[in-house]
Amino acid sequence: MTNSIREIPQSAGFLIIGSNTTENHPVIGSMIKNEVINNGKKLIVVDPRRIELSRYADYYFQIKPGTNIAILNGFMHVLITEGIYDKEYVNTRCEGFEQMAKVLEKYTPEYVADICGIDNPQDIVAAAKLMASLKPMALYYSMGITQFVSGVNGVKSTANLQMLLGNVGVPGGGVNPLRGQNNVQGACDMGALPNVYTAYQPVSSEENKAKFEAAWGVTNLSTKPGFTILEMFNNAIAGNIKAIYAMGENPVMSDPNQHHVIEALKSLEFFVVQDIFLTETAQFAHVVLPARSFLEKEGTVTNTERRVQLMHKVLPPVGEAKEDWWIVQEVARRMGATWDYKKAEDIFEEIRKVTPSYAGITYEKADNSIIQWPCPSYDHPGTQFLHKDKFSRGLGLFTPIEYTPPAEETDFEYPMILTTGRILDHFHTGTMTRKSKVLDENVHEGFIEINPNDAHNYNIENGEVISVSTRRGSIRIKAMVTDKIKPNTVFIPFHFFEACANVLTNDAIDPACKIPEYKVCACRIEKIEA
Amino acid sequence: MDTITFTIDNKKVQGERGQTVLEVALKNGINIPYLCYHPRISKTGACRICLVRINGTMLKASCVEPIVEGMNVVTEDEEIIKIRKFILELLLSDGDHNCLYCEANGECEFQALIQRYNIQEVKPSPTRIPKKIDYESSNALRRNENRCILCGRCVKACREIQVSNVWSFAERGSETHLVADDDKRIGESSCVKCGTCAQLCPTGALTFQTVIGRGANWELKRETSICIYCGVGCKIDFYKNKDNILVKAIGNYTGPNNGHLCVKGRFGFDFVHSEKRLKKPLIKKNGVFEEAEWDEALDLVAKKLTEIKEKYGPDSIAGLSSAKCTNEENYLMQKFIRSIIGTNNIDHCARL
Repeated sequence: MTNSIREIPQSAGFLIIGSNTTENHPVIGSMIKNEVINNGKKLIVVDPRRIELSRYADYYFQIKPGTNIAILNGFMHVLITEGIYDKEYVNTRCEGFEQMAKVLEKYTPEYVADICGIDNPQDIVAAAKLMASLKPMALYYSMGITQFVSGVNGVKSTANLQMLLGNVGVPGGGVNPLRGQNNVQGACDMGALPNVYTAYQPVSSEENKAKFEAAWGVTNLSTKPGFTILEMFNNAIAGNIKAIYAMGENPVMSDPNQHHVIEALKSLEFFVVQDIFLTETAQFAHVVLPARSFLEKEGTVTNTERRVQLMHKVLPPVGEAKEDWWIVQEVARRMGATWDYKKAEDIFEEIRKVTPSYAGITYEKADNSIIQWPCPSYDHPGTQFLHKDKFSRGLGLFTPIEYTPPAEETDFEYPMILTTGRILDHFHTGTMTRKSKVLDENVHEGFIEINPNDAHNYNIENGEVISVSTRRGSIRIKAMVTDKIKPNTVFIPFHFFEACANVLTNDAIDPACKIPEYKVCACRIEKIEA
Repeated sequence: MDTITFTIDNKKVQGERGQTVLEVALKNGINIPYLCYHPRISKTGACRICLVRINGTMLKASCVEPIVEGMNVVTEDEEIIKIRKFILELLLSDGDHNCLYCEANGECEFQALIQRYNIQEVKPSPTRIPKKIDYESSNALRRNENRCILCGRCVKACREIQVSNVWSFAERGSETHLVADDDKRIGESSCVKCGTCAQLCPTGALTFQTVIGRGANWELKRETSICIYCGVGCKIDFYKNKDNILVKAIGNYTGPNNGHLCVKGRFGFDFVHSEKRLKKPLIKKNGVFEEAEWDEALDLVAKKLTEIKEKYGPDSIAGLSSAKCTNEENYLMQKFIRSIIGTNNIDHCARL
């Protein structure tokens, strides 16, 4: 997030696009609900599913999955043609407006409504006018913006809109991605990515190579960016990747096109998994190393607003399970490393030395105060919101972006759109939540949301087990007939291995950031004849 | 900000315009008792337990009384004690408060005040009617309205924090009682089981199912950590019993969540006690996993990775780090893959 959770009361209104906030980030969802329902703030929601927040929205757009860019361009088209964008902000703090405005010309409300499947184009005009009146408006998004082959462009479009409205770099505004894992922000910050060291320092830079070789006392660092997860699996099948060491990941469940992932894991010469359970992925391992759960260890995690917090040890370890860092260190030592970290804090002190944005953060500060990176020195208070007064790069850059359709469009054979996501009571691959009594009792099995119209056409009853197929696979799953979902579109949560959404999903990826298109693919539903 | 100076019990204190007497008192360690007040919700001024004497004359509810320059506050005198006792006795006579059977025993705010003001057993009020007990309908929450003192914290927790508006009051006078939705049992209502109402309940009227049979409140130990689920990073006070079993999770007010939790953050942690947890390293031999000692497993991993690195080069090896692990662990994993293996093939589930 460019801004902070505690700024939610300062926003005059919210645009929620591609985020089912009350189910997937419920605590933030409730804070937004409080502002809208109890304090009269404005709300615009864009989502293919009639999510809870849509009920409180001033304007709700039930768009076709994969058409975010079109509707964002549509809002911006109105702001420009009506002359109600923040001209002073655009003139003084941004660049590239003319080029973008030219691309936006054709995104008239009628053109956009046709792409997105919106009945009344005038709603786009009215919503854009409302946005212009909200000072400031905060934009929140999640994987409903990013998990497309056009994911990077979707993110840039959200930034375009917020800059055009003058909402970046102000308290209560911002472009606020809600991150889905408790430490996905931290894992990225720490350089658990193929192209960057900590704090996004590119591996391709000779300067960074020299810096980290000096810090780590080695001479062998590579300047060639590595493979992303999906590329690792493709290259395993191609014979280029021979071994994978996986710490706490469950790609068999979480990655698209499950059959392909399993084929990749089976083709490895050596596969090590480090986890708290024998997951679907661990079944394919040669060696499984037992790790401690988060309650059995100490360390820091970084949340969606860049806030670094300290986790304390709550419970003693189970069996012989060890901290993940201890295990990695033991393997490294056996391969020649001279590492000697005695506790997590020793590692954190090293992180501070090589990570400019974390340099001023200590365990003491993370435990007792609100500390958000960038925090470059010990006496720095941390950063509540980014791009204050000027953007990190100087001027905010508008990027002209054209709408492009998803990788897989519906056709005669696969006539419906499948979209996937999470639900309130479960988390990701279900490894933890399905072993929690209350959560498992709340929702025990997977389901597919089908619009009543479609259910009628296919002669499907609520609760009936049906077959769902895509070009990659087929599953059987219970139908939930609900008008939460748009006609001709179905939704499956991906938590349930026995009705696994990722058997079906498309592994087509965004060319820039390699994110897979989980949110839209073509599918076919069929009644199972007795 | 306007700073206002005044005295509480002859002690000079300072607050900011808009604050109440109770807020400034609590900040200065002055222990005015209260029941319906809670810092996380709007002020009610209903229970009257927090009343104080202002400028030697007026009795006012300190939770809703704005501070004024030079005011003189007395938090307890004979008459105030008498009134507080009277209120506590009324509340006691209108419910069925038997601590022996109560999950809140030992951490009940009402019980603490009964003891503080040395209230003895009172006769049931003639207008008292037995109220609803709902221990079964929800797998998350328990409700016994005979312990309810009608403070309204749960109603406000659901309206202002979770914003689901499940709870409200029905009827009037001695018949006043809580209702979920249009008078449903909790398990059949629209409750999403965030548990904030039970967290704020000052008695045992609303409690968590998970506490049953897991030890007395005074036996529990508390430790604070951060939720494992989504990216909000809720700070949680975990309570465990003598056997190191988790009993309950309470939202911490200094975290980004400001005391709130969702159903996962409240009830989603018993997986750590699952029988299925891995307890020893496993090595697959002839297609079947067999338990191994750490040294054997670690030696094997190091040997195989070294062999593959020598035979096919460092770029034939890849590491998957995890958004479920700490910063320290992610840092070490990428350091291992980059400096010990010698490749940038490191990634995690950020995009998934």
